[in-house]
Amino acid sequence: MITLFSAGAIAVMVTMALAVARAIAGPTIFDRILAVNMFGTKAVLLIALFAFISGRMDVLDIALLYSLLNFVGVIAALRLVQRGKGFADEHEDRA
Amino acid sequence: MISLVIDIVLLLFLVVMAFAILRMHHLLAVAMLFGLYSLLVAGVFTVLDAPDVAFTEAAVGTGISTVLMLATLAATRSTHERRRKGVAWMPLCICIATGALLIYGIHNMPNLGDPTAPQHTEVAKRFIESGQAETGVPNLVTAVLASYRGFDTLGEVTVVFTAGIGVMLLLVRREKPRIRGEQHDAK
Repeated sequence: MITLFSAGAIAVMVTMALAVARAIAGPTIFDRILAVNMFGTKAVLLIALFAFISGRMDVLDIALLYSLLNFVGVIAALRLVQRGKGFADEHEDRA
Repeated sequence: MISLVIDIVLLLFLVVMAFAILRMHHLLAVAMLFGLYSLLVAGVFTVLDAPDVAFTEAAVGTGISTVLMLATLAATRSTHERRRKGVAWMPLCICIATGALLIYGIHNMPNLGDPTAPQHTEVAKRFIESGQAETGVPNLVTAVLASYRGFDTLGEVTVVFTAGIGVMLLLVRREKPRIRGEQHDAK
């Protein structure tokens, strides 16, 4: 069972790496917001898997808190992007 | 084994994130990446078996400070000046010296989980043995925070509350004061 959870954790971490790559490289701000949201979701999954791997069930509470915060944070970011003019169309000119 | 892998991967993500934040010039993206960074730090705290610190880091770092930074950016426009090229040697030297001093300071710290470390031999014993009887709080960490260190926590709450009021006063959009042309005309 531990092996199964470990394989799941590794798969989740690979997905996290992909999300980080998109958050760093993403040309528009919406790519980044989506990547941050997905990374937060994967962090919740990783913490839940870690709770089962290590047998510390109180860690699951933190996973719940993370998912709440992730939701609130993304909503706040999107609202502020909507309010702040010029955020959305501004493409980053990378050096 | 898998714990070690998770540790290493999380720390690797932290390093990658730090360099990405350094190289990024778009302020909104930097704010989002800071949110990711503190989510990662909170994950590391969780893996290190410090759920309370992880709670705080997730609530403050990922939640509130990201929203505050984004609100500031939305209020100020995200224009930024292109910095001049070249390395600022003085700040770099100060950073490296401070980092070296901090790393040097680690040598005197006791090992993680060392039973003879000062924090396990002095007051912690008393907290564990008589904390529940003295405070009546079932959770030990909460007992220390809310009862034994009550004044400290009260001060912290006061500081955070004052800072929150200040930020709200700065960021809340007020209606522009209307020019009372009619009254002046009437006079």
